[in-house]
Amino acid sequence: MIERTPVLDFVTHALLIVSLVALLIPFWIIFVAASHDFHTVNQVPMPLMPGGHFFENMATAWERGNFDRVMLNSIIVAGGVTIGKIVIAALSAFSIVYFRYRLRMVMFWLIFITLMLPLEVRIVPTYAVAADALRPFKAIFELFGISVGLPEWNLLNSYSGLILPLIATATGTFLYRQFFLTVPDELTEAAKMDGSGPVRFFLEVLMPLSKTNMAALATIMFVWSWNQYLWPLLVVTDQQNFATATMQLQKIVPGPVFGEPPIWNVAMAANLIVLTPPVLVTIFLQRWFVRGLISTEK
Amino acid sequence: MAEITLRDVRKSYAKNEVVHGVNLDVASGELIVILGPSGCGKSTLLRMVAGLESITSGDVAIAGRVVNRLEPRERGCAMVFQNYALYPHMSVAKNIGYSLKIAGLPKAERIERVNKVAATLGLTDFLERKPAQLSGGQRQRVAMGRAMIREPKVFLYDEPLSNLDATLRVAMRVEIRKLHQRLGATTLFVTHDQVEAMTLADRIVVMNKGGIEQIGTPSEVYGRPETTYVANFIGSPGLNLLKGAGHPDEGVIKLPDGQQLAYDRNQWPEIGHGPVIAGFRAEAVKFGSGPLSARFDFAEELGIAKLLHGSFGGQAMIVHVATRADLQSGQPFLFSVDPGDIQLFDADSGRRLEEVRAPAASAKQAMPLQITA
Repeated sequence: MIERTPVLDFVTHALLIVSLVALLIPFWIIFVAASHDFHTVNQVPMPLMPGGHFFENMATAWERGNFDRVMLNSIIVAGGVTIGKIVIAALSAFSIVYFRYRLRMVMFWLIFITLMLPLEVRIVPTYAVAADALRPFKAIFELFGISVGLPEWNLLNSYSGLILPLIATATGTFLYRQFFLTVPDELTEAAKMDGSGPVRFFLEVLMPLSKTNMAALATIMFVWSWNQYLWPLLVVTDQQNFATATMQLQKIVPGPVFGEPPIWNVAMAANLIVLTPPVLVTIFLQRWFVRGLISTEK
Repeated sequence: MAEITLRDVRKSYAKNEVVHGVNLDVASGELIVILGPSGCGKSTLLRMVAGLESITSGDVAIAGRVVNRLEPRERGCAMVFQNYALYPHMSVAKNIGYSLKIAGLPKAERIERVNKVAATLGLTDFLERKPAQLSGGQRQRVAMGRAMIREPKVFLYDEPLSNLDATLRVAMRVEIRKLHQRLGATTLFVTHDQVEAMTLADRIVVMNKGGIEQIGTPSEVYGRPETTYVANFIGSPGLNLLKGAGHPDEGVIKLPDGQQLAYDRNQWPEIGHGPVIAGFRAEAVKFGSGPLSARFDFAEELGIAKLLHGSFGGQAMIVHVATRADLQSGQPFLFSVDPGDIQLFDADSGRRLEEVRAPAASAKQAMPLQITA
């Protein structure tokens, strides 16, 4: 709907600007706090203009947080989760949309219901499985009275332990399903007539067509997995080698030692470091992101 | 080459049967048009031949081999879809060559064959474009190229021209006919457009409600419709169909208002007393004088002629007149119909009645089809 109403225009713009400012203020405060020395940042009120210690604080934070290693871990984990989610979601949606089998809709609804069961709800059983990935199978065998000497497969303190339990995604499956449903049946049939089997059709027709979809999913999922805190904290006890960036923040913000003011300037600098990658990913992918969510390419 | 045989082919969705026992023999190299209104099962039939739809019962055989259980790619058919169904992310060249790539042909040979097909279809300048950058007609040609390149035994067209504008449709029709002459592949062409059917087909299969009404050459279907459905469906306008009572002693059909249509007793010797349906072409009416009288309602202008819509014996009738005829609505007019132009159908079943075929009669009826916009 297009209208020419100057008053409404003004109100909408004002609203947008106010929201934008409200959204940006916290980031400004982080940046300002990260640019002052220890004493200035603890003054009341804190100055609202940036100071001159930004790079110094960043360097301290980088070193103290062991970010060399930790950023790499986070990138591996977030990247792995993102790729895993895209692959799993595409495959499960492909199966649900393009194949007719018994319990197909049951499967779909089972996947859909897990939307309501985030990791935090099922964290204890998930941890149990991560501690020994073959344990569910052992339980099933025991149920039937079979004793099979399955080895213990421990995922704690490893990249796979950080990644695998996170890659199932109902949101992604749903997003792909909706996209696949918009792909005309005739295209599938044309591929069949051309002699393409399901795998080839999936790889050479469906995947290229869902590029925007993938970008949208990648953006959401990268940011989501980058921000994961609880799960890494549980699975990783070997913090030297497997800590992720978000976990590391709690170490830089010092605990309340009596009489000691917290070192906010370094903590805020660390914050800036940690929030940069997801921001970059969003900026680079946002054009695709919007397209993937609102429409399908014709 | 490949002949296609359908034996009592049926299709049901759940309990709902949509194709009822179709039998059809298509000779190798023949171009068959399956004609019918939307929802008559013609596309379903085609898709069963293609292998895109399972066959509930009956057999489909291509080149003597029953293909019921074969995958589409194993049947040796190529298909052109109504909405073209081009791969939007591939260039024209890749679209055309995709089936060869799947078949695992070496790249050099693929390029050569794509270029050859593109040249015959006039697509050489567009090979690098994406489908979205092409016009409707060009897309249609790409879709045809994609079918052609496989050099299939059987071509299947599913209403390929219905998305094109009128001019382009005529041009593509000619191209399809030429292509058929050059390749000589057995072709099934589904359409709801009778002009398309008449101009393209070696034989037409008229379908209605999941069954075949008539199979015949275009002139047979036009000149000797087997059922009132075909009579009314083919030709524009269709046959005038009038309910009346047969009087074989006098050789006339009496309409409810007492007017009498004379028919050829030699051609229809076995008419009984009682209800019958008489049919005649709008073009067979001699307008202006005669024993019959009808009421004029309104006229349709065709340019070189007019179609007068009227009511004759209380039933709707259309008359084709070449002369200027200025009539007021509600005014009566006189006309006659040659007894040889009257065709008779059973009043209950709608089937054509038994007749003695005079060879001259069918030749006379093979009139050119009136093409209207």
